[in-house]
Amino acid sequence: MRHFFRRRSSRQVAKDRLKILLISDRVNCSPEMMELIKNDIARVISKYMKIDSDNIEILINTRGNKSGRTVKPSLYANIPIVDVSVPELHTESGK
Amino acid sequence: MENQFSQERKGSEVIVVTSGKGGVGKTTTSANVGTGLAKLGRKVCLIDTDIGLRNLDVVMGLENRIVYNLVDVVEGSCRIKQALIRDKRHPGLYLMPSAQTRDKSAVTPGQMVKVIEHLKEQFDYIILDCPAGIEQGFQNAIAGANRALVVTTPEVSAIRDADRIIGLLEANGFKQIDLVINRLRMDMVRRGDMMSAQDVVDILAIPLIGIVPDDENVVIATNQGEPLVGSDSPAGQAYSNIVHRVEGKEVPYLNLDRGISFWTRVTGIFHKA
Repeated sequence: MRHFFRRRSSRQVAKDRLKILLISDRVNCSPEMMELIKNDIARVISKYMKIDSDNIEILINTRGNKSGRTVKPSLYANIPIVDVSVPELHTESGK
Repeated sequence: MENQFSQERKGSEVIVVTSGKGGVGKTTTSANVGTGLAKLGRKVCLIDTDIGLRNLDVVMGLENRIVYNLVDVVEGSCRIKQALIRDKRHPGLYLMPSAQTRDKSAVTPGQMVKVIEHLKEQFDYIILDCPAGIEQGFQNAIAGANRALVVTTPEVSAIRDADRIIGLLEANGFKQIDLVINRLRMDMVRRGDMMSAQDVVDILAIPLIGIVPDDENVVIATNQGEPLVGSDSPAGQAYSNIVHRVEGKEVPYLNLDRGISFWTRVTGIFHKA
């Protein structure tokens, strides 16, 4: 019966932990550098729309998912948008 | 007869069995795949590259017949032929043992390549049992190989290390890297307490070549010094299938789900993510 109440199986926990772990293992740059990249992306995007900068996820994939063949690394950024309609583009051009 | 055979065969395959993490079943896999290939009539040379911690000889039950070893060969203290132990149970199966009293620096990758080039003339398959870790022992083991079997268990630490190893193999130009998932326990997978084979394949993203269920017969076989490949046990069958897949044949995967009740199948849904 306890299975019905258990939130996440340890199998799922293991999968989730590994996914996070392997992202940083596969990337040859430090967590600090990833943080800097994240902050820079957030700064640029927030000029144009209101984003949830605390919940931005970025990751660098170095391996193809299905085929198992090596592919060129690519950077994915998941940026939650709070409000798209930012009326005034005043930041740079508001002279 | 043997000469005829070796003239007909295609180029030999040099397969390194590796994992990164220790204790996941590299030596057992090497022993079973090598023995299985020999049972199919192939000429197989197993090489233990774990210098200082040799084990393959014990798993194969050949520990009492060692005279010379890999280090003796590279140092020129003996000829290659003198270091090869013939397994009397399987024609065509030979073991090149490692040295127990030396360390990894006793052999260089260049020397390994030379030994392997020589062995290629006589064998269809050369199987290298790699030590744990990513240091010189690993470099030695992969130096002469053109194909890799990466062994992992469905555990976070083993998969993490396997991922690192796969990265290193790819960086070293390996084109054929296949995954062996060892010690899978279907009862735990069903309960949601172990990653499934599919979970592991999704994470590591390399082709799967075999799933070996957790089987006490492996321990018994190791106690007796006789690989269980081909025997009527779950692991014996699984290794037999791996051997055929190594040879390029398509073999369906064992149904590890035998004997599950309808109820478990139904409730199993709830354990999925």
